[in-house]
Amino acid sequence: MSEANSTPRNESSSWTLAIRRLLQRKLPLVHLLPDRQPVFVGSWVYIFGVVAIAGLIWVVASGMLLAFFGPMWWHQSSVGRFVNSLHLWSVQVFFVFMVLHLWGQYFMAGWRDGRAKTWMVGVVIFAFSIVTAFTGFISQQNFDGEWIAVNAKDATNSAGIGTLFNVLNYGQMYGLHIILLPMLVATLVGVHVLFVRMKGVVKPIGKVQGAQPSNEEGAS
Amino acid sequence: MTNDDPQARYYAGIKMIRYDLIKEFVLAFVVVSIVVVGLAGVFSSPDDPAVTIQTWSTKDPVDFVTTAASELDYQSGTAQYGPPYTNTADAAQALGPVSPQSLAGVTTPIDTAKDFVLQPLGFAAVGNPTLTAALAKYNAASADQQQSWVGNYATALADATIVNDEVSVASGDYGPVPDMMAGLLGLARTGALDGLLLSNGNLYQTDFTKPLLFLGDGNYLSGLAADQHLTGDQWGMMNETGMYPGQTWLWLFSFWYQIPPFNTASNTDLVVILLMIVLTTLLALVPFIPILRDIPRWVPVHKIIWRRYYRGR
Repeated sequence: MSEANSTPRNESSSWTLAIRRLLQRKLPLVHLLPDRQPVFVGSWVYIFGVVAIAGLIWVVASGMLLAFFGPMWWHQSSVGRFVNSLHLWSVQVFFVFMVLHLWGQYFMAGWRDGRAKTWMVGVVIFAFSIVTAFTGFISQQNFDGEWIAVNAKDATNSAGIGTLFNVLNYGQMYGLHIILLPMLVATLVGVHVLFVRMKGVVKPIGKVQGAQPSNEEGAS
Repeated sequence: MTNDDPQARYYAGIKMIRYDLIKEFVLAFVVVSIVVVGLAGVFSSPDDPAVTIQTWSTKDPVDFVTTAASELDYQSGTAQYGPPYTNTADAAQALGPVSPQSLAGVTTPIDTAKDFVLQPLGFAAVGNPTLTAALAKYNAASADQQQSWVGNYATALADATIVNDEVSVASGDYGPVPDMMAGLLGLARTGALDGLLLSNGNLYQTDFTKPLLFLGDGNYLSGLAADQHLTGDQWGMMNETGMYPGQTWLWLFSFWYQIPPFNTASNTDLVVILLMIVLTTLLALVPFIPILRDIPRWVPVHKIIWRRYYRGR
């Protein structure tokens, strides 16, 4: 389609153009991949989130291998056992650094100046990561998974969701663990990172040299 | 960045420095890779085999038969559970007048006598005259008679011994129950009961609700779990078999099960679930909750995090 065919009327009714302009305005490449950061971004605390994402990549990659070869593979093969070990330890790294990131952001009050959405998505990621890991522990097909399922049913049944989310149903737990929940966590992590890039990192608490006043409530 | 850029306005007056996010991520990924591969190579991962009904009935036949008898006269944990398995009155957990467990109803009905004992025995009785006769006698008896036989047998099982690899009890009025239990024990020891409890009429199945409920009603599984520090009162929710880290992030969830009034309440699970939902919601809403959102300003952890910036300001 040539530019000559475009009219202001056509442009104003174009959803594609509207979304492109919104993205250009909200998330220009210079913010998505910035080569400069404010001088206060010089603390190890900023690394925690990045390390958590690196751990998540290992979790997903090792999980994909385990899913490809099937749930019995790691019980019968030494290579499978090693891949399962990668999965276990990367999950531990992911959680340790996610929790450090969460506490770091809490004490930095990272929700200030319109960043409440970023904080809230982060907490939702934390909650769904716990559910994802929980379904993984149940899907182990060993004594630990068996015992966790037998005990956990009392909690889910007491909440009235024991049939909807049946921890004794291996097929349901395994399906949730390898498809739906990881997709949800990965998508939310993507949204979280985009929110961080769109707004940039929050300024230090207190009076910041040359900067505008902060909105402590975090509302946009 | 231009003046009409919100980020540029936000950082106006603040010194910007060169920062390579991609290089930072790649370095972090390399370090994490070394750590993960190293931990996996050195420590591996735990994999204690699952307990089957075959294992249980072989290693602890008295516990197996005692549990089977309790399933037969509807005295087991599952038989008395309430929703979603049974209609047992007042069994559902509630908080005041609210009981999500009751509201959800019996959506996975389990008849412990039929599902765990009588139906599997029906298969085992084919070609077995003793078992066929025992089942026929039991099914023909009145409910009171059945209850009396099983009750007497369950009482006698407290002093049961193993004779010739079979469960033996003192003589008594047990009707056909000892023959039925011997048949079920034999079935379990061959591994056939594991399969029968999974059978749903289809070739493929993935739902282990019945065998896991049956296993959970016995003391054998929980005894093994206690040995591995996996029970609820041992912070077991966050433990793994062996010395491996488990779901340590569930420490707060597990914590409530260790202290009164939670650990003595009849509705512990429901209260803890609701409490954790409230706490997680509060965590998500911290930016809008006075005091919670002010603590970071009062507690000078941020002065450590941004110490270089504050020093150079």
